[in-house]
Amino acid sequence: MSDNAVLPNGWQLVVGLEVHVELATKTKMFSASANRFGDEPNTNIDPVTLGLPGALPVLNKHAVELAMRIGLALNCKVQPCTFHRKNYFYPDLPKAYQITQYDHPLNIDGFLMLPGEVRIGIERAHLEEDTGKSTHFGGTSGRIHGSDYSLIDFNRAGVPLVEIVSRPDIRTSEQARQYVAELRAILLVVGASDAKMEEGSMRCDVNVSVHKPGTPFGTRCEIKNVNSIRSVGRAIDYEARRQVDLIEGGGTVRQETRHWDDASGRTETLRTKEDADDYRYFLEPDLVPLVPEQSWVDQVRAALPVLPAARRNELAELCGIDKDGESAFVVVERGQDDYVRQVVGNGGDPRRSVIYVQQAFADQGAAPKVPAKDLAALTILERDAKVTSTQAKTLLTDLIEAGGGDVVAMAAKRGFEALDTGALEAMVDAAIAAEPGAWQKYCDGEEKALGALVGAIMKSSKGKADGKAVTTILQSKRKK
Amino acid sequence: MPEQISKETVVKVSRLARLSLSPDQAEKMTSQLAGMLEHFRDIDALDLSAVEPMTQPYPLKNVMREDVEMTSLDRQEVLDQAPAAESGRFRVPPTIGFDV
Amino acid sequence: MQKLVEIVAGVTDGSLTATAVLEEHLGRIQARESEIHAFNLVTADQARETATKIDADVKAGKKVGALAGVPIALKDNMCTRGIETTCSSKILQGWKPPYDATVVTKLRQAGAVVVGKTNLDEFAMGSSTENSAFGPTKNPLDISRVPGGSSGGSAAAVSAGFAAASLGSDTGGSIRQPAALCGVVGVKPTYGTVSRYGLVAFASSLDQIGPFTSDVRDAATLLEVISGHDPMDSTSIPQAATSLVSVLEHGVKGMRIGRVTDLPEGCEPDVLARLEAAFDALRKAGATIVDVKLPSLQYCLTAYYLIAPAEASSNLARYDGVRYGNRVEAADLNAMYAATREAGFGEEVKRRIMLGTYALSAGYFDAYYGKALKVRRLISDDFARAYKDVDTILTPTSPSTAFKFGSKTDNPLAMYLCDVFTIPTNLAGHPAMSVPFGVGADSMPVGIQVLATTMGEQAMFKVAAELERAS
Ligand SMILES: [Mg+2]
Ligand SMILES: [Zn+2]
Repeated sequence: MSDNAVLPNGWQLVVGLEVHVELATKTKMFSASANRFGDEPNTNIDPVTLGLPGALPVLNKHAVELAMRIGLALNCKVQPCTFHRKNYFYPDLPKAYQITQYDHPLNIDGFLMLPGEVRIGIERAHLEEDTGKSTHFGGTSGRIHGSDYSLIDFNRAGVPLVEIVSRPDIRTSEQARQYVAELRAILLVVGASDAKMEEGSMRCDVNVSVHKPGTPFGTRCEIKNVNSIRSVGRAIDYEARRQVDLIEGGGTVRQETRHWDDASGRTETLRTKEDADDYRYFLEPDLVPLVPEQSWVDQVRAALPVLPAARRNELAELCGIDKDGESAFVVVERGQDDYVRQVVGNGGDPRRSVIYVQQAFADQGAAPKVPAKDLAALTILERDAKVTSTQAKTLLTDLIEAGGGDVVAMAAKRGFEALDTGALEAMVDAAIAAEPGAWQKYCDGEEKALGALVGAIMKSSKGKADGKAVTTILQSKRKK
Repeated sequence: MPEQISKETVVKVSRLARLSLSPDQAEKMTSQLAGMLEHFRDIDALDLSAVEPMTQPYPLKNVMREDVEMTSLDRQEVLDQAPAAESGRFRVPPTIGFDV
Repeated sequence: MQKLVEIVAGVTDGSLTATAVLEEHLGRIQARESEIHAFNLVTADQARETATKIDADVKAGKKVGALAGVPIALKDNMCTRGIETTCSSKILQGWKPPYDATVVTKLRQAGAVVVGKTNLDEFAMGSSTENSAFGPTKNPLDISRVPGGSSGGSAAAVSAGFAAASLGSDTGGSIRQPAALCGVVGVKPTYGTVSRYGLVAFASSLDQIGPFTSDVRDAATLLEVISGHDPMDSTSIPQAATSLVSVLEHGVKGMRIGRVTDLPEGCEPDVLARLEAAFDALRKAGATIVDVKLPSLQYCLTAYYLIAPAEASSNLARYDGVRYGNRVEAADLNAMYAATREAGFGEEVKRRIMLGTYALSAGYFDAYYGKALKVRRLISDDFARAYKDVDTILTPTSPSTAFKFGSKTDNPLAMYLCDVFTIPTNLAGHPAMSVPFGVGADSMPVGIQVLATTMGEQAMFKVAAELERAS
């Protein structure tokens, strides 16, 4: 999508994101009950989680370490910090306050790079605790509004969160999607979170406003409940257009919180600024300041793995692919770039190695079962036109099913004997003779005519001819 | 220091605190709070511009626990103490409107 | 009545049985509790079980704890598993916590016998125990008078011989003031020395648990047991309990005792006379009396009555009728919250929630709460200067002896003034204790307050022991 594809008349989109991620700890932020998704309701509870009278919070050291990993990976400064109480009433907030970081967050002033050297500032990445989960019953829609009652499970209450707040540096919905995707890739690589948007362990709030370049930013709306990368883009596109239409229709944008409804593809008012809560932030007296020792910060920094962007660059260089392209992104996200390196190290064709892995290894994880040398051998067979690309795909499936093996033997078993160049040339000549009209058009520069010729050859070879090799021969014959 | 507390402010604060006050109670509360706040004006005379707020009686820092799981409370024992429970969860009345 | 240390000695060497000791105390409860109302709950059955077990252990030659067989009463704001913990509030009436407070665990491990949960001003907010939702506690020395508060029930329980010792909590004087009014010893330790885990919070940065006993040695013994680092409380000081009993006979020779020259006004003359007598006694025992100035003391009340309600407004927000305690049903959530809290909290609690919510709210934070935190620093700095010149400071514990019921209930500010001498130590986080030292014009006991700096408990106990010897 090009910049401002959805915005007419020179309107400029301005987006900032607040992303909440649940940290991959064993226990909660301030107590020792389990941080585990999917358990029976209210089975991971303790006095702190339930906000029982007399319970006191004690900070989880591993949560701090994971938060520092996130901060350092996002180029933030890690600083001395404190915890505040954010006071508001809601049934899934057990103490009627959330412990969060306010004026002194753990991580500040970082950035994240998007494709095309687009730099998105990170204002802060702070620690806080998650709420419990309400389920609404009765009424018509199962939504909060109009329900008869709600049931509350506190298993999620107190799960450690890091809230990552970007600066309003994002200018297109595509950038917003890239930002979330990149952030997710980083979180996975540093092991801070499983970042599953569908399970809510990564949640996005999107701040959207529009303005004309050169004028101050417009009033922003915060959109909640954006639960997939795809929704991020859709919600922004919808909301931006809603705001532009509103302004151009003579109205004004109200500062408010809006709810994204994925089914209808619309945002709707959740609450307006006027009835916004007064959170009465104050320093949490039950906790003491967190002043990470420099040695600890250094240790965490030193232990950080190579980040996705650097890994994609390496992979792209090794394999001759686009560093911002789908293959590089997907393979690194799955952590399979090391494996691709092994395949290439075993003599595999670099480009084919990465593409094979991208296309066929989606559910293989970071350590695919197929030995690297076997996959390397397959890429060589295809590169040397010993098998066609269609046959190679079949062999790849065989290879994965068998968990490895001798691909030459597998090809023989399937009857994929290679066609040598002489045989191919004979077939090409036969096809030219059979389709003189198409050949003439092709020679006149009509590329589409190529299809009919190649099709005829594939047919006569019963699929054994390699389409790419055939095209090469046809091209060289045309030049003559 | 801000001007004297008004009944409107008292009503707003009571909403924040989820305490419903009858008009009579609000009236009484306003006059009592006003009396106290008046008394608390003694600190207005102090020049506090160079004074660091004191938030902690004893200067500790970096108090943390290891990430080790301990057993959960017994759900039944906990739910037995709840005003209303159903299907292993706490039951609450519906939220009307979006004012939460 | 037996002292705590005598009970422990007797039970341990077999010359007393925990059961006999307990029955004697239960007998006194039986005789007078209906007029005193020290308890919200007497746990006679559990206490008998515990006592029987301790006696069996002694018989079997097993080692018993440092409080073996001591009947102890707990302020009803400390969580006891399976035993009602109400904070003398309707909102928590009937609530049985699923866990024990750390102090309760320590007491049980030391072989103490918990006889019951004592009455208090609702959520520890008050100075007379008249704010209890379950009716006031009477002063055992004169039932027309208040026992002080908020730990009035715990003070009365020891004064009346219902328990050999008790625990209270002190946020602005709630142990020391009732100790003074009931003629017993009461200690507020250094903030962070006794775990707050399981103590229902009033004002988190001020609350401390401490003992009530009939003498100084008992207080030292009990405090040694309940002090020490608790990993469940982030504000717990990572140090082992200080040895206190060992210093009680040291005397005060060479010690420097502070006399505050700018003490806030409003103290009764008979109480001031006892303070002078205390200085004389210490001087006679070889101490030097040194004048100290604490100019910020006069602002303590303001700082305290902004900070404590602010923290309380947040701490008490959890009583929402969702997870525990009582609910008033209503058609929707916000109506349920408001109805529950309206019916569940008493006047004083609501007043403080309102005051605290206001002090923290947008537009008022800097003028009230923010300023109060700065005044807190001034007071702390004043003390730091004073403790360069002195080892302890002496003041009255309370401006007056025990007052009559109802005499201050219609004027919250008059009630707040009861804490004028006790509040400063809570703000500073220091230890302080009240020791009975004679009587006032009405023949009611007068308490002298001994103050010391952070972790200065040894100096404080030396002076308290000396005052006790002199009284
Ligand atoms: Mg946010
Ligand atoms: Zn957040």
